[in-house]
Amino acid sequence: MSLVYAGVCSHAPGITGRADQADPDVRDRFYASFHQMRADIEASGAEAIIVIAAEHFANFFMNNMPSFAIGMADSYPGPIEDSTWLGIDKFTAPGDRGLSERMITEVSQTVDVSYAEEWKFDHGIAVPLHFLTPKFDTTIIPVNINCQGPPLTPLHRAWAFGEALRRAADSVPEKIAIVGTGGISHWPATPDSGKVNEAWDRDFLDRWCRNDKDALLSYNDAEVYKDAGQGGFEIRTFITVAAAAGGATGVVHFCEPIPIFAVSCTVASYDLAAQ
Amino acid sequence: MSLYFVQKFLFELNRDEGLQERYHADREAVLARYDLTEEEQAALVAPDIGLLFHLGVNGQILMHFAALHQIEWADYLQRMRDGIAEHGPVREGVYAMTGYEGVDVHTDALGQSTDGGSE
Ligand SMILES: [Fe+2]
Repeated sequence: MSLVYAGVCSHAPGITGRADQADPDVRDRFYASFHQMRADIEASGAEAIIVIAAEHFANFFMNNMPSFAIGMADSYPGPIEDSTWLGIDKFTAPGDRGLSERMITEVSQTVDVSYAEEWKFDHGIAVPLHFLTPKFDTTIIPVNINCQGPPLTPLHRAWAFGEALRRAADSVPEKIAIVGTGGISHWPATPDSGKVNEAWDRDFLDRWCRNDKDALLSYNDAEVYKDAGQGGFEIRTFITVAAAAGGATGVVHFCEPIPIFAVSCTVASYDLAAQ
Repeated sequence: MSLYFVQKFLFELNRDEGLQERYHADREAVLARYDLTEEEQAALVAPDIGLLFHLGVNGQILMHFAALHQIEWADYLQRMRDGIAEHGPVREGVYAMTGYEGVDVHTDALGQSTDGGSE
């Protein structure tokens, strides 16, 4: 039918794995924002959720790294990490091979995308799903963009990919939600874990909310690395969602640094209805 | 190319519970299949998180490797710092150390507390 929801959220493993080490007040306000995102997706009537993650060498490695990959299976196991460490029990999330194939076929008209009939979810997808579909009862279409290391997927290609995903979502009879996951500025999995650049984050989210294509695509990787860390490369997932939102403007529902979670924890969405 | 195979091993270890069992049973035997230097092999057997970080292993797969060894979060961060202090800056890749006051100082500065909240 059409795209019925577009939003973004954080996916850092500490959000679930180190929940007991965070300030309970800020943590619970963040979780409440995640729960509201779940309610908004449910209210949209979405029958499937495209989750665009920047995954972390869980399924795709440097022997064969796609710029873009879309899952094409009827189910996906996760989390790939130790369950106790991540704070998420082993699960199987439902997929829909046929729906994925139809969407991949449409995306491929303009963007060369890899498909994957095997995919084990890592925290990039598992942490958001823990909040958004806690019973793992909604069809998921996993998507990955290479944000791990150079040579990275160019930002303007991430934009083109978002446009292609929108076209694909609008071409199927099912109602589709799209959720991009990742950090904005952060230095995860380094000794500087916890560091964020709040001013940079605010500026990025301002560009994202205005859905200002030129401003979003004007970053270069060297600057992002310096100002926002290697974790900042994950802005690709947010930029893809911006393109998929087709000019809609957005609202930041929550964005506050929680150092033990290693990122400014973020929930934001576009107002598709106002288009 | 050797660093590549250190990371290839960690990538495969992370995905494969059977390989994890074989690694726990006989680390050297499992690592023999990979094209590694003696230094890399020793770091993976120990495991020496600080040396692996210094060598340039991608932080995400190194984080999972530390979790596999049940290394607690603050200890894992400290081992990376110690590795840099002992061996010098990260040799390759984008997961480096740039300087940060630390989670506790940052959390205090934000007015957040860390004194509980267990669920
Ligand atoms: Fe990430």
